[in-house]
Amino acid sequence: MLFFSYFKELVGKEVTVELKNDLAIRGILRSVDQYLNIKLENIRVVDQDKYPHMLSVRNCFIRGSVVRYVQLPPDGVDIDILHDATRREARGP
Amino acid sequence: MLFEKVRGYFSVILTGRKGWAAMSWAGPEDIFLSTSLASYLDKKLLVLLRDGRKLLGVLRSFDQFANVVLEGACERVIVGDLYCDIPLGLYVIRGENVVLIGELVLMSLLMLI
Repeated sequence: MLFFSYFKELVGKEVTVELKNDLAIRGILRSVDQYLNIKLENIRVVDQDKYPHMLSVRNCFIRGSVVRYVQLPPDGVDIDILHDATRREARGP
Repeated sequence: MLFEKVRGYFSVILTGRKGWAAMSWAGPEDIFLSTSLASYLDKKLLVLLRDGRKLLGVLRSFDQFANVVLEGACERVIVGDLYCDIPLGLYVIRGENVVLIGELVLMSLLMLI
């Protein structure tokens, strides 16, 4: 739940999602769910020439299971809040 | 820990052997937070599969596993600058094979830009 809540805070920010098939997509995070499936808007593929089929795609849904990384804007993170939330989560119910 | 009540999603959640289910209907405000594929229904989509295939088709159905039904599906084979479409008909795609589902902007719209 921690990362789900965390990503919900990032809705509206621009992120780059790198997939396990090495495709990297930059876009605005529109929504996220409990499986960490991601919806991106206004996407731009990193290395567009290698993926011509993505040219006509503006918005996309990415299955959570295929995500390798989600690259965040450095100012989009309040590390201290994340730290505290993690410690609270680790302490257990 | 933040307890998030899963409110406003039509979903069935099963846990272990207890098998409890939580169901509720989507409220208007929940549509914005949902990563549901409902907004893609009846739209022409590009589906990328784990094996590298690209399928195009109109989304007719989906579920929580991202299983997908595509009508008028075709596989787009791209080699360099050339591409061709292999017509496939009505397809059910198992969600575990789905990498990405992209909403296709109609080419006629792109010409205006």
